Amino acid sequence: MTAADGGGTTTLVVRVENKAGVLARVAGLFARRGFNIESLAVAPTDDERFSRLTIVVGVDAAPMEQVVKQLDKLVNVVDIQELNPAVSVERELMMATVRADPSIRGQILDLVRVFQATVLNVGYDEIMVSLTGSPSRVDDFEDLLRPYGIVDVQRTGKVALPKLVKSAPDPLTP
Amino acid sequence: MNMNGGQALMKALENEGVDILFGLPGGAILPVYDPLIDSSIRHVLVRHEQGAGHMAEGYAHATGRPGVAMVTSGPAATNIVTPLCDAYMDSIPMVVVTGQVPYAAIGTDAFQECDTTGITMSVTKHNYLVTEAADIPQVIHDAFYIATTGRPGPVLVDIPKDIVDPNNPRSAMEWYTPDSHDLPGYLPNQAGDAELIRQAAKLICEAERPVLYTGGGILKSRGAEALLELAELTGIHVVTTLMNRGGFPDDHPLCLGMPGMHGNYTAVTAMQESDLLIALGARFDDRVTGKVAGFAPLAKIIHVDIDSAELGKVRRPDVAIQGDCRVVIEELVKALKEMGGREAQPDRNQWRSRISGWQERFPLTYEQSKGDEMLKPQYVLEQLRDSTPSDTIVASGVGQHQMWTSQYWKFNHPYTWVNSGGLGTMGFAIPAAIGAKAGRPDRMVWAVDGDGCFQMTAQELVTAATEGFPIKVALINNAYLGMVRQWQEMFYEERYSEVYLTRDVPDYKMWAEALGCVGLRVESPEEVGPAIAQANEINDQPVVVEFRCEAEENVFPMVPAGMSNSDMVVDPSQRDQPR
Ligand SMILES: Cc1ncc(C[n+]2csc(CCOP(=O)(O)OP(=O)(O)O)c2C)c(N)n1
Ligand SMILES: [Mg+2]
Repeated sequence: MTAADGGGTTTLVVRVENKAGVLARVAGLFARRGFNIESLAVAPTDDERFSRLTIVVGVDAAPMEQVVKQLDKLVNVVDIQELNPAVSVERELMMATVRADPSIRGQILDLVRVFQATVLNVGYDEIMVSLTGSPSRVDDFEDLLRPYGIVDVQRTGKVALPKLVKSAPDPLTP
Repeated sequence: MNMNGGQALMKALENEGVDILFGLPGGAILPVYDPLIDSSIRHVLVRHEQGAGHMAEGYAHATGRPGVAMVTSGPAATNIVTPLCDAYMDSIPMVVVTGQVPYAAIGTDAFQECDTTGITMSVTKHNYLVTEAADIPQVIHDAFYIATTGRPGPVLVDIPKDIVDPNNPRSAMEWYTPDSHDLPGYLPNQAGDAELIRQAAKLICEAERPVLYTGGGILKSRGAEALLELAELTGIHVVTTLMNRGGFPDDHPLCLGMPGMHGNYTAVTAMQESDLLIALGARFDDRVTGKVAGFAPLAKIIHVDIDSAELGKVRRPDVAIQGDCRVVIEELVKALKEMGGREAQPDRNQWRSRISGWQERFPLTYEQSKGDEMLKPQYVLEQLRDSTPSDTIVASGVGQHQMWTSQYWKFNHPYTWVNSGGLGTMGFAIPAAIGAKAGRPDRMVWAVDGDGCFQMTAQELVTAATEGFPIKVALINNAYLGMVRQWQEMFYEERYSEVYLTRDVPDYKMWAEALGCVGLRVESPEEVGPAIAQANEINDQPVVVEFRCEAEENVFPMVPAGMSNSDMVVDPSQRDQPR
């Protein structure tokens, strides 16, 4: 199983101060326990003093409990959310360059259409495509492209936000 | 006010109330040693940077105020890594300032460059690489705040040379006095949850065999008085871990002493048999619990700690209260009084008599030497205890002598025990004793050291002699790395591997004298008392008393590593006693 399947993995969304060395502090807590980080996305938040790290670790929630508490103790870590895939919306971006001899380019374009992916660049016998979607959809697209020959692939690692509440507050007040 | 970064650093340290700095200069920190001359802060010139770190720790242990050390870059920074880790493990408030190569040279393998913040990241509570002179006042203010609040710990501040060098324009800055902290990820909380405290009080009122399991958090929170009130209000017995010796008086009838691998039989057994452990600022260390699965199997757990990461780390508590020990104990006492105080506590006479039964059958004991047998280290500790003032500060190294000191000393005052618990750092005793003496010049300070430990940091006796810290060292010369020898005897079929140090080399008396101390040598029991009396009289020089002790003495009782606390091995003379 891979991180993208959500099997035996934990997703943490960690808001940190946007300062030098903070990523090393966070990564160090995983490294010293021998926990591998499966994917990591880092970007500043709307408040430029902070960055948000989305970390997928190939470890179950239970052994993670101590790491989360230790993370929380880091002076530069502001808050941590543990994201359960069932109650969050996850997205990942993939860019891939695929072998596409002019004679089979059409087959790849079919896949692009089915997945609502995007063609970014076209060469004589290669094509560059991108897809944004849930990690499992991105996995599927990558699996289907593979037989054609993937020359280069780049995935961002997933980012996620919690799903929104569907039911109206009760009683309904204006 | 215009000044340079070096002047700002000294001023910032003065503003934090620093009165003494332990350090040793070198290239990268040189510019700071110039404004030091004009500062009100006293500097103690150490002989090795590890000494500076342990002195800062000893100062903090004895005073509760943060210890401060200042050293140069590269090898000096790496020399102070051990004390940083030691302070991190034992939650000692400490600030270490290290020099660094000029900012522009970082990452070029410059002379005496090392990645100090990278190396120390996992052994500090927090660390800083300061890149601008203007940041110095705020970073120092934050560093002391972080080191001393919440769960205390060491903070390192790495300062590139150019921002403190008056000849470099990058050192120019305008002084300001910081009055706040912008630390959105650091919000230490003191108070415990009122509802959880009420639940804890209720459990206490229901417990038939409760034990107060008290750790270093009592001393860190200055909670000894509150603990005394809690114990006396409820009549519950108290065990004091290695980190809380002195946090509850040993001569109090409710005190059971130290738990753990070499703890008192009664302390260990009372915890094993208890139905409620009230863990206050203790962290269920493996040296206390033995095999975790077999630890206090019948007990419910109330766990109070300032650090929420400790709650449930080893043993899942029934009531977990995050908060400062003193504050929570005070609230707990209030809640218990509201529930009826002593009246609301069940009759625990049966439990009390079981405890006194263990105390009678399994007291600490050893076999006194006969005829021309060599001196027993336990006897030395008893004599030392009985012939020094009760508020004497005792620092120890790590090994058998450490365990005997903790076992045989009577700690009746907080902040009189200075010790390396979590890291177990050989060589801690002498520099830590010097730091304690620097913080408490009014107190008598004894270091109890092993012959192995002594050889690791003895050079700091030169610091003690030249800087005027008349500490006293009781050197337990058993010719061995004794603690390791004991394990080889017990668990490796007496196959002794690399543990013999020799009895006569070095000549400790001559070495002490060469280091600027008075050197005394004691070989027989009759000489012990007079030598201690002589040492106690000397106040203008450090003293080293070498006690030549039995080599094969073992520390008992003992829970062998990995075994359950119920399988404690008692002294040979007690092995026929019914448990
Ligand atoms: C720096 C360091 N190295 C090694 C050890 C492992 N160790 C623990 S106790 C001990 C023996 C200490 O010998 P000594 O100072 O003579 O004390 P004794 O046990 O004989 O009283 C050793 C080597 C340690 N704790 N610290
Ligand atoms: Mg020894």
